[in-house]
Amino acid sequence: MGGREFSAGIKAGTSIAIGYFPIALTFGLLAKTTGLSLWEATAMSIFVFAGAAQYISLTLITAGVAPAVIVLNTFIVNIRHFLMTASLNEKMQPDDRWKKALYAFGITDESFSVLATQKGNKLSTAFAAGVIVIAYGSWIIFTAVGHLIGANLPQFLQASMSIALYAMFVGLLVPSMRGNRKVVSLAVIAGLVNSFFYFTEWLSTGWAIMVSTLASAIFIEWISRKGVKA
Amino acid sequence: MGSWYWWMILGMAVVTYIPRAIPLTFLEGRELPEPVQNVLRNIPYAVLGALIFPAIFFIQENIWFGVIGALAAFGIAFTGANVMIVVLGSIAVLAVFSVFI
Repeated sequence: MGGREFSAGIKAGTSIAIGYFPIALTFGLLAKTTGLSLWEATAMSIFVFAGAAQYISLTLITAGVAPAVIVLNTFIVNIRHFLMTASLNEKMQPDDRWKKALYAFGITDESFSVLATQKGNKLSTAFAAGVIVIAYGSWIIFTAVGHLIGANLPQFLQASMSIALYAMFVGLLVPSMRGNRKVVSLAVIAGLVNSFFYFTEWLSTGWAIMVSTLASAIFIEWISRKGVKA
Repeated sequence: MGSWYWWMILGMAVVTYIPRAIPLTFLEGRELPEPVQNVLRNIPYAVLGALIFPAIFFIQENIWFGVIGALAAFGIAFTGANVMIVVLGSIAVLAVFSVFI
């Protein structure tokens, strides 16, 4: 039972693994040019497992920024996961706290998106473990490979693969959008608000995603309450 | 890198883990007020909107990669294809496109 759920999770997480491949490879390569050893670069992917924050840390290391500031910046970039895990908690089957504490480590933008858009009411811990294991494995292995090879993919492949994670988000969103105006409104409003922050540069990316998500989710809930009352 | 690097990794690991772990462990077995539950249920679709827009357009310096990639992804997804086909199909479309520029 748990084994079948785990395999289904692996299958559902495969598109994440493909999307992580070019990003992790480039991270490994950039880490090498930043002066990190193979083990130092791979250790960051093993212990932190957060794409955007890891990339930014390389830029900050090169700029000679104090490590404490890099840690603080990492916190700010990743605080949006608070919102995602709070939402995910509503969808996961109840389980021992230590198991949930364990798979919480593997919740990224991508694993959250895959888990949260699954059909069905309660997701099993084994399914979540499957999704996370393949995503995490890809992230670690290709970080190391990027550092070892020390070269990037051919330009045309690098450029075309950079769509992978966004295509995955689209592929997860569209089936729920069909015939569901609420889902369309949620996505469109959050996308518009986030674009507004992007072009005005009022908020950094991590905050912008969190604020636009919350704004859209609360606004739509407020509208649908009013609709019910009226 | 010196030993500061390992302290930094430890710090990064802790501050990344905390926002991931607190809701999943702390909220276990707790019933939240209904409006809060509804907002939390709205979050996945709102997150996807914010993750896709506007970043999908800026995957490369050349904005056409983003525009064509986005069109390909939405086009394939609307045919009802599964996620893996959407991902591989979008990559393939951009690979063909990059041969022609």
